[in-house]
Amino acid sequence: MSARPYTGRWRRLAVVMPPYAWLALFFLVPFAIVLKISLADQAMSIPPYTPLIAGGHLLASTANYRFLASDSLYARAFGNSIWFAAWATCGCLLIGYPLAYGIVRAPLRWRNALLLLVILPFWTSFLIRVYAWIGLLQDNGLINRLLLDIGLVHAPLPLLNNSFAVYVGLIYSYLPYMVLPLYAALEKLDPVLLEAAADLGCRPSQAFRRVTLPLSLPGIVAGALLVFIPMCGEFIIPDLLGGPNTLMIGHVLWDEFFTNRDWPVASAVAVAMLVLLVLPMGLLRRYLTGERA
Amino acid sequence: MTGRLSPFLAAMMTLGFLFLYGPIASVIVYSFNASRLVTVWAGFSTRWYGALLANEQIKNAALTSFEIALMAATGALILGTLAGFALARYRRFAGRTLFAALVTGPLVMPEVITGLSLLLLFVALEQAIGWPHGRGVPTIVIAHITLGMAYVSVVVEARLASFDRSLEEAALDLGAKPGKVFAAITLPLIAPALVAGWLLAFTLSLDDLVIASFTTGPAATTLPMVIFSSVRLGVSPQINALATILLVVVAVAIVIAGRAVARTRSSAAR
Repeated sequence: MSARPYTGRWRRLAVVMPPYAWLALFFLVPFAIVLKISLADQAMSIPPYTPLIAGGHLLASTANYRFLASDSLYARAFGNSIWFAAWATCGCLLIGYPLAYGIVRAPLRWRNALLLLVILPFWTSFLIRVYAWIGLLQDNGLINRLLLDIGLVHAPLPLLNNSFAVYVGLIYSYLPYMVLPLYAALEKLDPVLLEAAADLGCRPSQAFRRVTLPLSLPGIVAGALLVFIPMCGEFIIPDLLGGPNTLMIGHVLWDEFFTNRDWPVASAVAVAMLVLLVLPMGLLRRYLTGERA
Repeated sequence: MTGRLSPFLAAMMTLGFLFLYGPIASVIVYSFNASRLVTVWAGFSTRWYGALLANEQIKNAALTSFEIALMAATGALILGTLAGFALARYRRFAGRTLFAALVTGPLVMPEVITGLSLLLLFVALEQAIGWPHGRGVPTIVIAHITLGMAYVSVVVEARLASFDRSLEEAALDLGAKPGKVFAAITLPLIAPALVAGWLLAFTLSLDDLVIASFTTGPAATTLPMVIFSSVRLGVSPQINALATILLVVVAVAIVIAGRAVARTRSSAAR
């Protein structure tokens, strides 16, 4: 075996240590602090929470968690988030799969351009893409004006500030994240398999169901796992497009922090999201995709 | 599996792309609308661009955002490249599993949690050691580096995983020192990933509302914060104009970066 560069002990340490130390300080330690403050009480001070240890006594309490469990608002917001994210993930899949499939089937010289067209919106501002839907969906927005002008409806349809708008916003914003893993999985599929299926008497729809779909399953799983958690924690979309019945858990956390200025309850919401949502999904991802995500 | 697209597939793709681009197109078109009412067309006008350029609040916020994005993308590039390199090249080291989880964690972590946890860290640090003193541009930069380096490392790791290591080994066998190997072989080969990663971190920082809102202080207001507070009050033609400018800037940056990447690729292949 010939010599390989970058393998000296100190060199390795110099490569690994800076990002490791940075992430430990700014991504790992903060969760310990969130956990700590979720056990404190709100206080009229700076910072606005009580110390955990005062006069040699441990003052930790689970009051914030008991509060979250007793007020149905939190359970409802949590359930809403999972409900919205699950259906929006299905929506992304329904629109994203034909898109990815079409790009793979398109002539070679178009393929890169089409793929770029899918990725491009991902580079443009998330906030502005959500904002664009307000102009389309509001009562005097483009869609309602069009429907009124051609006489399809006689009063504007309620399209904004409800769950419909939240679904549209979620699917629209996360669609590129879904298409890319689907494309990667479909591109790897060997066309010989489809030819073999056809030779053996499979109709195209049968070949799709029995060959293409099962073989693209890893892409479906990867895409769904990629979009589901960020959708659950979404704040901007329910805030700008949603209404009174679309409260989601990320929005609750935001309100506790910015409106109620209750840092301990906001922290408890964050810990609950981590334990009930992020960790299970992380474990599921590991289980489904092997060691590497 | 190339071939002709069936009519069904072609229709689905047309609808899909219409769905992706229709809203963006409507924002651009209505930014040139003369009427204050954003949905009634009253003739072509560039008045909202004029109003935008006279808006000091938006100009200041844009400068702040730009400054933060430059620093954050550069920091994310350095740390993310190291992290991607470590993940691609060092298959085993103590704590590798934790390291891999930490690197990709910010990609899937809900932004509200990342933002809140970083804010609480900054507050605790200030209490304990007096740094950071207050919050503003520096704390947002730290938060955005943490987010951006995840994206950079994914891009760099993918690039390193797909390239031929025998080139590096050959250079080493021919007597090049490790530093020279990195500068002459590795760096040019991963340059496209570095450009893409930097741009990704830059646009993410420029666009972030949630994490910046948590980690900022009274001293710093970024562009997304101004856009958000204005959008909450409803659709405004000035925001349409601003959105159009941002879209054009991003599109131009991507085209330039694409050309740069293509050039490095062809020169690396030579």
